[in-house]
Amino acid sequence: MEIVSRPYQNKFIEWSKDKPQVIVLSADLTNSCEIGEWSKAYPERFFSMGLSEQNMMGFAAGLARRGFYPFLHTFAVFLYRRPYDQLAMSIAYPNLPVRLIGFLPGITTPGGITHQATDDIAILRATPNMTILDCGDATDVETVLDVIQVIDGPVYVRMLRGEVPRLFDKNEPFKFNQARALSWGTDVAILSEGICTEEAMRASKALKDLNLSFTHLHVSTLKPFNDPQVLEAIQHAKFGVITMENHTTIGGLGSAAAELMAENGIGKKLIRIGLRDTYAHGASKPYLMREYKLDALALIEAIECLINRKFGIKEADLQEIRLDPVHSAAKAEAL
Amino acid sequence: MEKETSKAWVKEIQVAAQRIRIRVLEHILRNNGGYMSQACSSAELFAALYLKIMKLGPSIAPLTPLRFEGAPGPNNSNYFRGGAYNGELKPDLDQFIFSPSHYALVLYAALIEVGRLAPEAMEEFNQDGSTVEMIGHEHSPGVDTTTGSLGQAISQAGGFALARKLLGESGRVWVFMTDGECQEGQVWEAVNAMAFYGLDNVGVYVDVNGQQCDGEVKSVMKVEPLKDKLEAFGARVIVVDGHDVQALVAAGERVADQRPLFVLAYTDPIKNIPLLEQRRPVLHYLRFKSEQEKLEYQSLYEELKEMVPWK
Repeated sequence: MEIVSRPYQNKFIEWSKDKPQVIVLSADLTNSCEIGEWSKAYPERFFSMGLSEQNMMGFAAGLARRGFYPFLHTFAVFLYRRPYDQLAMSIAYPNLPVRLIGFLPGITTPGGITHQATDDIAILRATPNMTILDCGDATDVETVLDVIQVIDGPVYVRMLRGEVPRLFDKNEPFKFNQARALSWGTDVAILSEGICTEEAMRASKALKDLNLSFTHLHVSTLKPFNDPQVLEAIQHAKFGVITMENHTTIGGLGSAAAELMAENGIGKKLIRIGLRDTYAHGASKPYLMREYKLDALALIEAIECLINRKFGIKEADLQEIRLDPVHSAAKAEAL
Repeated sequence: MEKETSKAWVKEIQVAAQRIRIRVLEHILRNNGGYMSQACSSAELFAALYLKIMKLGPSIAPLTPLRFEGAPGPNNSNYFRGGAYNGELKPDLDQFIFSPSHYALVLYAALIEVGRLAPEAMEEFNQDGSTVEMIGHEHSPGVDTTTGSLGQAISQAGGFALARKLLGESGRVWVFMTDGECQEGQVWEAVNAMAFYGLDNVGVYVDVNGQQCDGEVKSVMKVEPLKDKLEAFGARVIVVDGHDVQALVAAGERVADQRPLFVLAYTDPIKNIPLLEQRRPVLHYLRFKSEQEKLEYQSLYEELKEMVPWK
């Protein structure tokens, strides 16, 4: 598997070149959000706002109303949890084109509960005018900017940094409100988002060897949630549906799927893999994914439960887990 | 001759201010309640801002307010903004950001006084389907952005001011806010950032009336010494008597010194409505307790109305 080092950093610099209205606001996590080099390339468009996210939302609102496209960079959790009222009232209500680039979504950070955006999708799905995009690999990261820029309103992006795997063809860009169909089948429908997609893909070879026919969709637009492929996948799933998300099971992808099923009168089983109404804690990503059952093995267990069959698959049967070095050169800062 | 002219504009503002109070009192009598003390404290501020301090173009909004046409969104992107009452935003013209949106009644009265809004608009105040809302939002006359969650206006104004600098516009960004709002931490984040980016195109008039919902600011949560605090944060601060029209106007003069301007206008929350004395210390909202009390306010209203020139 190709591992791309800092796919966002270089792409964003190149992409911004002919877009003078694109400006960056940062809240003291500039290098941690891979915009240190951007700030050197475009110093006149880079605004350090310091540790004051509430104020940053207001500044962004004023700038956006005057024709600029503010790209706010900080950790995902500091874009919605701390300054939620400012985000909702100063930016989302007037539907301003502010771009919230949220790094380290869910348990991708060892920073623990204060740094882990584990309820962002739930909160922002409930916020009118918000669009929520979610990156699952380097191709998503490299191609999401064009998708963001045509949206007339605020966009929140769950962004990946550092060493990011390339799971999808370089030439198949992120498409708005269109899931990536990674396989089509009739027994089970698997809907995954973000880093959970890589986990689901680790399990898929073992599942194919067992002649299980499943659909796997990588869902990268979480709001709106009306991609016809998703409904089609659910309708064709004989045994039921499994959602996998790096997020609490309340209000995120699993809830969105449940709403869709209920609204369409589809009475099938749904298993929601995710954080089960709990906070996490500070530890490595693979450790937390196992501890909270967000990983490939958790998917196998969910399928076993859904079709009432034991596969006897062990961790060793799954594709090798990808380990990020704790002190990778692709990470400029400790966090 | 020049002295005579200057006296004329001072008189005009003073009269407009008193009429703002009277209009608000008139509405409160009809409505059986309202934000009276806010009009008492800020009437000269609004009159001076609209008649002398702010450089605004003519209103581009209808004299009679529009009905509420839905929240902004992807299917409602060209929605009406109340800032249209403050004129078109041209590069050399000013912008007005109204922070304490529960002062909306005073703002509407001010817009009527300066001819930007029809007097009948007051009848739509807080009526279902109307944009003349009790707490003004960005569809309400004179209200340019949504700021009713206090402390948010000043950050938005910072963004506007930064944008105007980037765009090379000479127009200024004015904010009307209150001392109670300074309890919000966001206000201080904003002052810090405006000073950091040298936004001397921002001017903030603060109605320091010493009042908030629960009572006196000093008893709810101290904000003073505001001048020292603001100066320490990098602002240029001018302290004035908020009922002294000439002082209010002089304080707004532009100085290109890379510092945001704060005019601390110390005001009397019962100015010219002495009956409110009985309500101390809680002056936030006036609701008549008896028919007798209402009659007292009614006769004060008649008396005050006799004393000012009326159109």
